[in-house]
Amino acid sequence: MRKSHLVITLVILAALLLVPTMLKNYGIYLFSYWLIFVIATMGLNLTVGYAGQKSLGHAAFFGIGAYTVAILMKAGISFWIGLPVAMLGCFAIGLGLGFPALRVQTIYLAFATLGFNTAVWLVMRNEEWLTGGTFGINDIKRPQLFGISLDDSLPYYYFVLAVAIIMGGLLFGLLRSPWGKAFTALRDNPIRAESLGIHIQAYTLLSFAIGAVYAGVAGALFACLVQFIEPAPFAVGSSIMMYLMVVVGGPGYFFGPLLGAAVGVLLPEWLRFAQAWYLFIFGAAVVLLMLRLPDGLLSIPDRIKARRLSREASAARAAAARNLGAQS
Amino acid sequence: MTDFFQLLFSGVATGSIYALAALGFTLLWQASGTINFAQGEFVMLPAFMMLGFAAMGAPLPLAFVLTCFVAVLVLGWAFKRGIVDPLLKFGMMPIVVATIGLAIATRNGVRAGYSAEAHPFNGLFADKLFNIWGVTITLADVGTLVLALGLVLVTQAFLQKTVTGRAMQAVAQNTESATVLGINVPRMVFYTFAINALLACAAALLVTPTYLAKFDMGESLGNKAFFAAIIGGFNNSRGALLGGVIVGVAENLAAAYISPAYKDAVALVLFMLVILFKPQGLLGKKVERKV
Repeated sequence: MRKSHLVITLVILAALLLVPTMLKNYGIYLFSYWLIFVIATMGLNLTVGYAGQKSLGHAAFFGIGAYTVAILMKAGISFWIGLPVAMLGCFAIGLGLGFPALRVQTIYLAFATLGFNTAVWLVMRNEEWLTGGTFGINDIKRPQLFGISLDDSLPYYYFVLAVAIIMGGLLFGLLRSPWGKAFTALRDNPIRAESLGIHIQAYTLLSFAIGAVYAGVAGALFACLVQFIEPAPFAVGSSIMMYLMVVVGGPGYFFGPLLGAAVGVLLPEWLRFAQAWYLFIFGAAVVLLMLRLPDGLLSIPDRIKARRLSREASAARAAAARNLGAQS
Repeated sequence: MTDFFQLLFSGVATGSIYALAALGFTLLWQASGTINFAQGEFVMLPAFMMLGFAAMGAPLPLAFVLTCFVAVLVLGWAFKRGIVDPLLKFGMMPIVVATIGLAIATRNGVRAGYSAEAHPFNGLFADKLFNIWGVTITLADVGTLVLALGLVLVTQAFLQKTVTGRAMQAVAQNTESATVLGINVPRMVFYTFAINALLACAAALLVTPTYLAKFDMGESLGNKAFFAAIIGGFNNSRGALLGGVIVGVAENLAAAYISPAYKDAVALVLFMLVILFKPQGLLGKKVERKV
């Protein structure tokens, strides 16, 4: 990790710790909401940005996490049992879906996951005995941590922040491990990676299932934040939104989700005046972004650096040519 | 049993509309490697254009012809020049993301700029029922089926029988050899985009009377077109027809005999079965991968 990265991380951390203390309840709620999407898109960034698997079904795992915790808590079981159950459930379902879906790649995978999301959404909407159907599940309690109540928005925000930092740290460690290198190798050239002894299917499955676990954790936190869940936030549209968040932030950049989720969650609040036009502007902006910066917003520094390097190189070449000319 | 035939028939009629959209999908993919996530919106926009022209007093056939012109210009030419051409060199995913963005923008643009309501749309066909051996069939179903099948077959014939169509196929199979043989590749690719726009207009004309013109009408249509295309075989234009009809029929039967609430999951189940057992699709050919 370079020094500049460390400085950026510290600045972001300080901002995340201090800014919400200056906000009103709704602002804190929004920040928690944003961080939850950061956790979810971190997982998607692993699947999409690092391992290169085009998953458009992330909101399904988000929903599975939320519903698992909500249903278990309604049955009187503690959040602290519900959370690991949600994580394990997402991991297992991720493996189960990945097994047939990952036989195919790119766009086929995108549509297989998209279809999976539709199926999960249909179950949430139709199985009233389990999920409450369109009425949803309300009055979800917030958990307690070591006897401290997280009912108020500020303590809950810090709890979400702590989880986000832990999940981010785990992801960072994973990406630096041989596993993480294998994921990127898989994205950049799968056939070459295979010839180097990386078991493609095992690693794609793993990247997919770990991404699903992140969504599950985010879903569990989401259920306790909004305290009322219904099928709508887990529909295909949210999956596509999460995918766009990753792409806008910069797939394969560690801090991409932070920026991407801000564009997807916080920006609509500031652009309230645009109202109905916001999504139009967002869609058009995505098209423009793809045309100008296909690697996302965080690729801007790299681009500037690449441009500077090429300018220096051409200046050096020109100087060398002049020297040669002077000699002869 | 008569119920069954009735469901079967209306399923084939719906499926033939899916086939129209799916055919455009596969043609674009073959000719330029473009996956168009906004395919459903490409059907929604002509529906509103026709409504617009009709509001200006044009009768339906005239409105349709005018819409076709505008669609070829906007959904064909402008889409190709503005979005696909600059992005093609970056591979498949940027185009996918850009067309997702385009879909969101058009859908919400129509909602915010025009209306969020569903608008009624007069069909081509009068309300008339036929009764054949106890099976009731509406004129609209018959007309839709005949027109859609006719269009798919005409497109097929155009691709296989005419010089231009064969040149387009050559471009789809191998761009470089086609260039060497003196085929004007960019023009052929543009023709594909134009045909896609025309097929979308036709689909809009046939589907809107039942779906009603609404900003989000394209969402499920686009998905089903894609599922149909894969089920039939993505690199085969006949596959689109087969896939579309299979999806339409299976949906109708499942809604009646299994559960109407899970109708939308049928296409998914079929799709999963196909990619598990025959990933290249029912009529598709296997593509070897390259390092």
